[in-house]
Amino acid sequence: MNLHDKLHILRELFDSDRLIEVISTLGKNKSRTMLTAFGIFWGIFMLILLLGGGMGLEKLLMNNFSGFSSNAAIIVPQTTALPYKGYDKGRDWHLAMGDVLGMKHYLSEAENITPVCFNYVTGRNGKHTASVTLKGIKPDYLRIEEQKIKFGRSLNDNDIKTGRKVCVIGKNVWTQLFPDGSNPCGKYIEAGGVYFEVVGVDVRSSNIGLGGRAENSVIVPLPVMQRIYNTGGRVDMICITGRKGVTMATMENRIREYLYHAHSIAPSDNEAMTYFNMETFFQMFQNLFHGINILVWLIGIGTVLSGVIGVTNIMLVSIRERTVELGIRRAIGAKPRDIVAQILMESGVMTITAGLSGITAAVAILAFAEPMIQKSSDTTATFQIPFSFALGAAIALLVLGLLAGIFPSLRALTIRPVDAMRDE
Amino acid sequence: MIHLKDINKTYDSGTKLHVLKGISLDVNDGEFVSIMGASGSGKSTLLNIMGILDSYDSGEYSIDGVEIRNLSENRAAEIRNKMIGFIFQSFNLISFKNAMENVALPLMYQGVGRKRRNALAMEYLDRLGLKDHATHLPSELSGGQKQRVAIARAMITHPRIILADEPTGALDSHTSLEVMQLLRRLNEEGMTIVVVTHESGVANMTNKIVHLKDGVIESVEDNVHHDASLYGRGGLMK
Repeated sequence: MNLHDKLHILRELFDSDRLIEVISTLGKNKSRTMLTAFGIFWGIFMLILLLGGGMGLEKLLMNNFSGFSSNAAIIVPQTTALPYKGYDKGRDWHLAMGDVLGMKHYLSEAENITPVCFNYVTGRNGKHTASVTLKGIKPDYLRIEEQKIKFGRSLNDNDIKTGRKVCVIGKNVWTQLFPDGSNPCGKYIEAGGVYFEVVGVDVRSSNIGLGGRAENSVIVPLPVMQRIYNTGGRVDMICITGRKGVTMATMENRIREYLYHAHSIAPSDNEAMTYFNMETFFQMFQNLFHGINILVWLIGIGTVLSGVIGVTNIMLVSIRERTVELGIRRAIGAKPRDIVAQILMESGVMTITAGLSGITAAVAILAFAEPMIQKSSDTTATFQIPFSFALGAAIALLVLGLLAGIFPSLRALTIRPVDAMRDE
Repeated sequence: MIHLKDINKTYDSGTKLHVLKGISLDVNDGEFVSIMGASGSGKSTLLNIMGILDSYDSGEYSIDGVEIRNLSENRAAEIRNKMIGFIFQSFNLISFKNAMENVALPLMYQGVGRKRRNALAMEYLDRLGLKDHATHLPSELSGGQKQRVAIARAMITHPRIILADEPTGALDSHTSLEVMQLLRRLNEEGMTIVVVTHESGVANMTNKIVHLKDGVIESVEDNVHHDASLYGRGGLMK
């Protein structure tokens, strides 16, 4: 089919007499049309607004955790609460590099086990200072807390091997120590009395992070940190992620079993170790938004349906009022199917026009609000519904519109031409 | 053209009301007939049956040889559309359509395109002297103008017969005369016309007067010389 044919068909469609007749009938009875269509408009408007808002809110809140692995657990040693094997209660114990190796061997369901050390120090570059979290890690850790590198690079295995004093600094550390916004790579900063060469800048912002926000971190190789503070193989925390299909909750028992055994802690001592399960935390949020989503759909679809019922209702009433018009049409030659087609098309055109305006209005408001919310929240959360939603809504509206017209059109059929003559 | 034989019609709304009691009537091609009677005599019912707007209980009815009984709604609509033009007392124009659109409406149901039917409608409005009022809504027209629009609407499909139910009922005597003269002229051009009226002056303008009383035909009066009543003289209508 060539373009010319297509244009011709399109023209026929828009030149369709029936459609023009229906549109002119609707247009010449404006207040009736407006009243009938408003329910649909409002329903769709609310549905899209709520959906867009809900999705935006979800993204907005999830941004707080962005870059942090959603199936991670963090192990933090505490003081024991029970005496065991000759040890008194109230004993401090520490995780060690040996635990990491042992757990890697013992926990086959774990995907990644990585140690972290940190210390709170003052960072300094000449006269500029900042409070920073000095964080010693191995490159494995970057799979749990991702980085967004603006300048330079992340830490790699070579940094660990050579034990060089290099660091990757967070966004706030960069802006505070290098207020001119220049590329700090290759320059040296002082953190906790030691000089580190900056090799990268991580600009990820997130409200979640081990030992402080990523923005305020100075990330250094773990062995370097252990050497500086002379803590031997001591580790402050261990992060674990599970393989696909393994929940962090089911791993907790095995982890406790292993570590309690290795450190002579009473098996029933739940206070000796904190197992911070990020996965259930994330799931809680996901469930919350799942619930909000269901609620939004329920309210939205309910409003749309009540709008559709409103269309049926007002059309039913207006059919009675239009007895004369419809009777005249019958008297001068309209066939039953002409009348049915007219009423169905009226409700179809009305629903789809009202619905599309509702979608447009809601999308416009979302588009208007989006940059303002993004600016005030400093995120890139989008509040717009996907195009497929709008398309689906339009098709659903057409179907609903035709359904809404069924009862009124059947009522219209019961009007006989004589009724019209008698009515006046 | 119109053949009615022993037509009976009873309305059953609570109490049975026998409206037409065996009406037999023939209207030939080119005739100008009036049906006269007091209100309640069944004259409007008869006209509605003739226009296939209403059903009848027993008897025979055919238009132009087509038997009108147990017709499907579609077929009835088609016959109304193509063979019959209607004129009503209350004009029955669609209030939100202008004069031209009202006149063109029957053609829409024949599937005639918008441009062509509007052009045709303008032609008929022109013939009835309403060209300047083509874009006026019915509410902006006088009674006589409205009835002329209705006549144009009845004529536009070239029907075989025009059925007029009290066409002057809502008009003053001067406009009534104009409307009747218009119908006369149509009849002289060969159109078959049946007028229902209770006004002697109106009936007097027709060539044949059927007197209806209590659902039966009392008499049929030839009125070729238009001297059936003193109303005939000088165009006195009411």
